[in-house]
Amino acid sequence: MSQFILHKENTRGHANHGWLNAHHSFSFANYYNPERMHFGVLRVLNDDLIDGGMGFGTHPHDNMEIITIPLAGAIAHKDSMGNSAIIKSGEIQVMSAGTGVSHSEFNALENEKLSLLQIWLFPNKKNVSPRYDQMALDVDARRNNFQQILSPNADDAGVWIHQDAWFSLGKFDAGFETEYKIKKAGNGVYAFVISGEVTINGQTLSKRDGLGIWDTDSINFKANSADAEVLLMDVPMELN
Amino acid sequence: MQTTILYIGRDTEITVVMNRLLNARPEWKGVCVCTDEEAISICEEQEIDLVLLGNGIDPDAEKRLRARLLEIRPDVKIIQHYGGGSGLLYGEIMIALG
Repeated sequence: MSQFILHKENTRGHANHGWLNAHHSFSFANYYNPERMHFGVLRVLNDDLIDGGMGFGTHPHDNMEIITIPLAGAIAHKDSMGNSAIIKSGEIQVMSAGTGVSHSEFNALENEKLSLLQIWLFPNKKNVSPRYDQMALDVDARRNNFQQILSPNADDAGVWIHQDAWFSLGKFDAGFETEYKIKKAGNGVYAFVISGEVTINGQTLSKRDGLGIWDTDSINFKANSADAEVLLMDVPMELN
Repeated sequence: MQTTILYIGRDTEITVVMNRLLNARPEWKGVCVCTDEEAISICEEQEIDLVLLGNGIDPDAEKRLRARLLEIRPDVKIIQHYGGGSGLLYGEIMIALG
């Protein structure tokens, strides 16, 4: 029998720093909720809105798989591995922090807000060599389809990470129905609604709601509104 | 009453950040080091409530370190710190301290 946990949009942690308006699906920074520590290896799901030209100065990380998905605008990234890049909406960035890496992230545009999702997963192996990648995604390929954008495999679709996780993005017409099969036994799926309204396993979800489902091998999905957009995060439920 | 937290990680830059973050809260006292020898020495000299294991500690060293720290302070809690002085720190510590 499948189990689920529902995180409605208005129950997320919220921090408005002026230049940064952040919503946290799980405990992060000064938002602490012992009931919201993680969903399996999914530890952070931050929904950030950043003013033009503003951002996070150089700061370190270690032993996390950090995935950034710009929803609108562009990020200027620099790191201690020598990478300097712009990541735009329609692209995905991944960083394995491993033994340690420092980076900065800024809104690359002066006059537009940057909207992004930043997702952190516990790695399946500690102290790996830090690595960075980014990829432009074929946005058209996610129309009425869960497009894989991340996996554990370097030769599979999307970017890859040090974890048995698969991410998929889809944008759907109203009324479109499908089934998503979980990629690995023991994994659960955390669905995050980027826009629109959908129904997953009988639960109606609106913009920025999250639904975690586990103890199942598939989920049933239906889009209730036009251009409903959803991110599925298929992740191990057991911490390493 | 302050909670004393010992952090051990191999990356000097992250250790500096951890020291700043832990000591920014009046309820915490952070002691941050890069070597196991320093960590053991500190554990011998003062009460420690919580140990955070940071990056770069290989599995054999971690096993030896955990055993030695628990030998000195059998009641001390030892947890893995992920993220390197990031937004995870406060939640990790709160959960560990119950």
